[in-house]
Amino acid sequence: MTLIGRSEEREAFLVLEDGSIHRGYAFGAVGAEATGEVVFNTSMVGYQEMLTDPSYGGQILVPTYPLQGNYGINDRDVESSRIQVRGFVVREVCDLPSNRLSTRTLDDYLRDEGVPGIYGVDTRALTRRIRMAGVMMGIITTEGSPEQALTRLREAPDYGSLDLVSEVVAQSPYEWTEGPGELPPDAPRVVVMDEGLKFNILRLLRQRGCAVTVVPSSTSFDDVMALRPSGVLLSPGPGDPALLEGVVQTAGGLLGRLPVMGICLGHQVVARALGGETYKLKFGHRGGNHPVKDLATDLVTITAQNHGYAVDADGLPAGLDVSHLNLNDNTVEGLTHREMPLLTIQYHSEASPGPLDNEYLFDRFLDLIREYR
Amino acid sequence: MTTTPERPSRVLVLGSGPIVIGQAAEFDYAGTQACRALREEGVTSILVNSNPATIMTDHEIADVVYIEPLTVEAVTRVIERERPDGLLPTLGGQTGLNLAVDLAEAGVLEQYNVRLLGTPLDAIRTAEDRNLFRQMLDEIGEPVPENEVVTTVEDARNVAERLGLPVVIRPAYTLGGSGGGIAYTPEQLDEQVRTGLSYSPIGQVLVERSLIGWKEIEYEVMRDGADTTITVCNMENLDAMGVHTGDSIVVAPSQTLTDKEYQMLRTASLKIISALGIEGGCNVQLALEPHPTVAGKGQNAGYSESPYYVIEVNPRVSRSSALASKATGYPIARVAAKIAVGKRLDEIPNAVTQVTTAAFEPALDYCVAKIPRWPFDKFPSGDRSLGTQMKATGEVMAIDRSFEAALQKAVRSLEVTGDSLLWEHSSWSTISDPLEELPLLPNDQRLWALMAALRRGVDLDDLSVKTGVDPWFLYKLNAIVGMENKLLAEPLTPRLLRDAKRIGFSDTQISTLADRLPEQVHELRQEWDIRPVYKMVDTCAAEFEAATPYFYSTYEEENEALPLEGRSAVVIGSGPIRIGQGIEFDYCSVHAAWALQDEGAASIIINSNPETVSTDFDTSNRLYFEPLDEEGVACVLENERVTIGEQEVFPGTAAQFGGQTAINLISPLNRRAFTILGTPPATVDQAEDRQRFDEFVTTLGIPRPPGAGVTSIEEGLAVANSIGYPILVRPSYVLGGRAMEIVHTPAEFTRYVMAAMEEVGDKRPIQVDKFLEGMEVEVDAVSDGEDVLIPGIMEHIERAGVHSGDSMGVYPAPSLSEDDERQVVDYTVQLGRAFGIIGLMNIQFVVAQNENQDGTPAPSTVYVLEVNVRSSRTVPFISKVTEVPLVNLATRVIMGRTLKEMGYESGLWPKKPLVAVKAPVSSMAKLMGVDTYLGPEMKSTGEVMGIDTSLAPALTKALQAARLMLPQSGGILISVSDRDKTEMMPIARKLAAHGYEVYATEGTATILRAVGIEVAGVPAKVSEGEEGVGITTDLIRDGRVHAVVNTMSGNRVPLRDGFEIRRAATEQGIPCYTSLDTFRVAVDSVTGGAEAGEYSIMRLDEYVNGRPADEFLAR
Repeated sequence: MTLIGRSEEREAFLVLEDGSIHRGYAFGAVGAEATGEVVFNTSMVGYQEMLTDPSYGGQILVPTYPLQGNYGINDRDVESSRIQVRGFVVREVCDLPSNRLSTRTLDDYLRDEGVPGIYGVDTRALTRRIRMAGVMMGIITTEGSPEQALTRLREAPDYGSLDLVSEVVAQSPYEWTEGPGELPPDAPRVVVMDEGLKFNILRLLRQRGCAVTVVPSSTSFDDVMALRPSGVLLSPGPGDPALLEGVVQTAGGLLGRLPVMGICLGHQVVARALGGETYKLKFGHRGGNHPVKDLATDLVTITAQNHGYAVDADGLPAGLDVSHLNLNDNTVEGLTHREMPLLTIQYHSEASPGPLDNEYLFDRFLDLIREYR
Repeated sequence: MTTTPERPSRVLVLGSGPIVIGQAAEFDYAGTQACRALREEGVTSILVNSNPATIMTDHEIADVVYIEPLTVEAVTRVIERERPDGLLPTLGGQTGLNLAVDLAEAGVLEQYNVRLLGTPLDAIRTAEDRNLFRQMLDEIGEPVPENEVVTTVEDARNVAERLGLPVVIRPAYTLGGSGGGIAYTPEQLDEQVRTGLSYSPIGQVLVERSLIGWKEIEYEVMRDGADTTITVCNMENLDAMGVHTGDSIVVAPSQTLTDKEYQMLRTASLKIISALGIEGGCNVQLALEPHPTVAGKGQNAGYSESPYYVIEVNPRVSRSSALASKATGYPIARVAAKIAVGKRLDEIPNAVTQVTTAAFEPALDYCVAKIPRWPFDKFPSGDRSLGTQMKATGEVMAIDRSFEAALQKAVRSLEVTGDSLLWEHSSWSTISDPLEELPLLPNDQRLWALMAALRRGVDLDDLSVKTGVDPWFLYKLNAIVGMENKLLAEPLTPRLLRDAKRIGFSDTQISTLADRLPEQVHELRQEWDIRPVYKMVDTCAAEFEAATPYFYSTYEEENEALPLEGRSAVVIGSGPIRIGQGIEFDYCSVHAAWALQDEGAASIIINSNPETVSTDFDTSNRLYFEPLDEEGVACVLENERVTIGEQEVFPGTAAQFGGQTAINLISPLNRRAFTILGTPPATVDQAEDRQRFDEFVTTLGIPRPPGAGVTSIEEGLAVANSIGYPILVRPSYVLGGRAMEIVHTPAEFTRYVMAAMEEVGDKRPIQVDKFLEGMEVEVDAVSDGEDVLIPGIMEHIERAGVHSGDSMGVYPAPSLSEDDERQVVDYTVQLGRAFGIIGLMNIQFVVAQNENQDGTPAPSTVYVLEVNVRSSRTVPFISKVTEVPLVNLATRVIMGRTLKEMGYESGLWPKKPLVAVKAPVSSMAKLMGVDTYLGPEMKSTGEVMGIDTSLAPALTKALQAARLMLPQSGGILISVSDRDKTEMMPIARKLAAHGYEVYATEGTATILRAVGIEVAGVPAKVSEGEEGVGITTDLIRDGRVHAVVNTMSGNRVPLRDGFEIRRAATEQGIPCYTSLDTFRVAVDSVTGGAEAGEYSIMRLDEYVNGRPADEFLAR
């Protein structure tokens, strides 16, 4: 271990769509190249959960906290079976982590999974650029000149055009069994439609005594109903909800027939299924400190967020009400319906990473399920 | 939906009183923010504080100001007079909370229908009473370490037997953990429990299983009346559990916690603030299971049923919350005050972003390091070990984009020996077993010892086991050592230099290692374009556009602090609070920044102290949180360079307000051709160099005590011989009378010089002056070079010989004759003009009584003792009582105005119809092994003011506020030196006549009895005394005496006996007078006849104007 940089130091750079060059040194899968939408996240902890969050599919992630890798990588804090980000851009990467659970370094993790990282970058300058100009595509590379990289970047497909969901979801249905105790035979069954889910959603449902079945988002309405669900959860996931005609249609069938909870992309899908509109935010919401007001209780909680698209408050169909509001920019954070057993949120009640303030929403979903059984 | 109780319209805010260890400038910051927030809310603030050196007691801040003792009696009278409908005690530290409890228990709040705001009474009790606290945590399912509350030593032994040693001893209801500790042996257990019981006002201590070695994590949390809860910040201590958090090196945010750990502790903290029902801010301290390497000690084997434990809760704004506010940009006290008067978090705008609200959690995109500032440079004989009792007087903070850089900048900010991590104690060079011999257990030099151990190749795991410091921190320190080695071994390249700067190496450090001059490193940086950029502290990690002008330096790409346009000037702050340089200088810095704005110039503050008002981001137009050394300040000046026409212009620097810290920067900045505003640097030099100063003053015909600067013992002895003993000796360029002594014999002189040369170096001359016994008077003045305005003259109660910072001072001078007063004024004006002072100056005089040859009194002589060409400790005091805005005038003068232009002229400002007494307050109870005797070296940490319409009540109030008041009856122990015995007699007689039991040590007793004064008992020095009286220290510890007066003979070699007496009194918490002058006024104050103890209660401006406010006249 060298003290500054590492023994084999290789210069790397991140070039953005606007031509700006952000220099640093390669780590992780050194030499690999990645293109993706460059987004920043303001959480100070939780890099392992973020890296494995499928909602980051197709994106290059920039944590704004400068010191990454301090507590290493452990076997527990994963939200999917692999690293989902295309690349990781940091100010400093820690090669000597310290935590009782740590089994390897961040550098090793990225290398093992073939994901390139770049460290030594002025990530605050990068964040400010994204905030002012909006998110854009970028390329991480160690090869050639920045100009050549920019040319390659322009040839790469744009984030907004990609069907990212199909890249990250389960290919076949499965039961989530990890959890406390035995379930009673009459336990409610929740079918989770996977659009890029995080494991913690499954853990929390199971902890609340639900039998949990995960199905790919392409599963048809009939196949979902055949599982005799007590309720359906539409999961978070990456990309533009406008591209997800299939699942929107399936959701349309489910809504009103049984209790539905939508989280993040799932929330957007529900809105679209009922005739609402979604739009792209300038630089999204990514972090663990966004205040959201629950309009039913007037209570403000701090939420974990990770989304680049949002539901338009204007033109919501009759019956669909805004239940939660973001206090920073007044965007829609949750929906309820006057007739349908429905509960959606734009943020991540499952946290991981992020504050645990919002697990109550799973209880609310369970209440809906009990009411409708 | 909750129902909101009626919003209060008049709120009484309690300050925290004098600066003591455990309660420093952070509560001035909190109180100032709170009063301003109340004003914004349309609520009238009525402030009570006994500390005049605070911004919060300014008219600009609080609507109604009372500078009165923080006692139930005084505050009750304020309540009676002002009829507030709310009481906000949560911004006045533990003092404020304790007083609120006392007021409630005395029925005062109920009687006058005053609602307690912020923290409910029950919550205060729950947080302070260990049993209730444990019960509450049990109820909400939060884990607490196994413990038991005891009220006797016997019970403590039983508990310790069950838990096994070591155990932690925590007394209930004390400041900064006073009287607590960790007991490793049965003997320590007995001693600490006994001390703890005596410190706790409710006679309770907690005996708790030790979690030594666990990670100590803190959360700053907030809650509003609608039960919305947020965390502002979490912090991780580098020093594991076992060291008071005020004495720990702290980083924000936490570094070694996973998201799951972070959120687990966050949720616990939020549950606690909700359970306590606090409406405002709260600090939660938790212990988290240590890294296996640390836990490998086996000490905590079998004790990890829970991964964490809740340790302590402060149900109020605290030192940690001030730190958290500065670390994040989130103004906790301001938000807490608004919540207290009914606002919800989401109704309070975020002052930083202006578009978001206070209902969010700050995101940091940098690392913050805090290091405490300990007073052991002044008390080398003190016990330097650190435990659960706080010993630091202040702290510094630094921000950067790497931990190493934040830590190293914080070290530079400390202004202690070496100013960098390169420093090693001279004795360490001969160590053969670093792990065993270096001082690696908690103490003020441990950080440097860790570095020394790493340099000597000590195994990191061994070091973790030994010290409890998490491996992560040691890896980082080792990275610094690695860079040291690189700089030693490799040629300096642009890459290496940049890498070194990025982990916080100063130019000086690099120059030492790379064998260059600091200027050469600076030049290389210019040549290779390696300069710091400045990034903003914006609460949101750049997610939103922010308007806050709060910056820190870092070696990165993008600079966010573009130079301010137009006229601007830099105010250099005063760094960490330490003995000799306290909150007074922050008061001056803040006023200087405001005055610059009055003059239409943008103010730029540079400071490193997170506790202060000056580092509040809206005090100045721009705040740079930087070390106050040449590099830190010069880089800011370079960053603020603007081009006007063809010329490059740097802002001028005001260096006369930040105490000695700022003064010390004048000459290096001047050398680099930066403009120093005000008194020319050459004049500052002249005034600081005793010899040149002497020569100059002599040419003016102003008397100086005879003396000379000497550089050898022989020369010194010759000078001393010619002027005669006693003499006053001191090195030049010192702070707070450091290393100053009165010596009476050649032998003492020789001893002094040997010691001084070892400590302060043998290069600098030592000043030898005739010591004049007489009345000491002091003035602060502002000069524009032509006119010199003196707002008032202060007379010291103690004779010359006690440091001015430790003396009681009275305005206006009660016993100064008209002639002498004229003399003092004339000399001051003359000196101001002759020196060409532009700005502030402080002069100390001795008025010596002369005798004719036949022994009859002759006209006295006024000698000039000392001229300080800067702001002084007494500036806030004199400004407040005379209403002359000294700092404002001085700032405008240095910006080019004349006093005449502003409506002032030379001479003494008309006296106000009041008497104000300043009394010093020390923190000696917390510093074991330090002699409390007052002499020419300053020892106090803070001060209080007593103000009234005449001397006696003003004195009474000052004594009460400083806890120097005698009880109404009881035992008094008198032990005075031979030369004080005659003077003691009438005082002792008075005490006896008023029914006090007078105890006296042998010599004193003999004299008192000889003149017929009844002595109740004579304790023995060591083992025997009069039957039934026992030894002296027992007499004190048993509670038979309630005050001690103890003076020393001229012989400076501390007599063990006197030392033991003074320490016992201090630790017992009873007044201990070491000057007969102080004792005399204390006795007069309780024996002065029918009026004794009486005083008035009025607003500050009522005293100053000589009449009650109109609303009271009308009543």
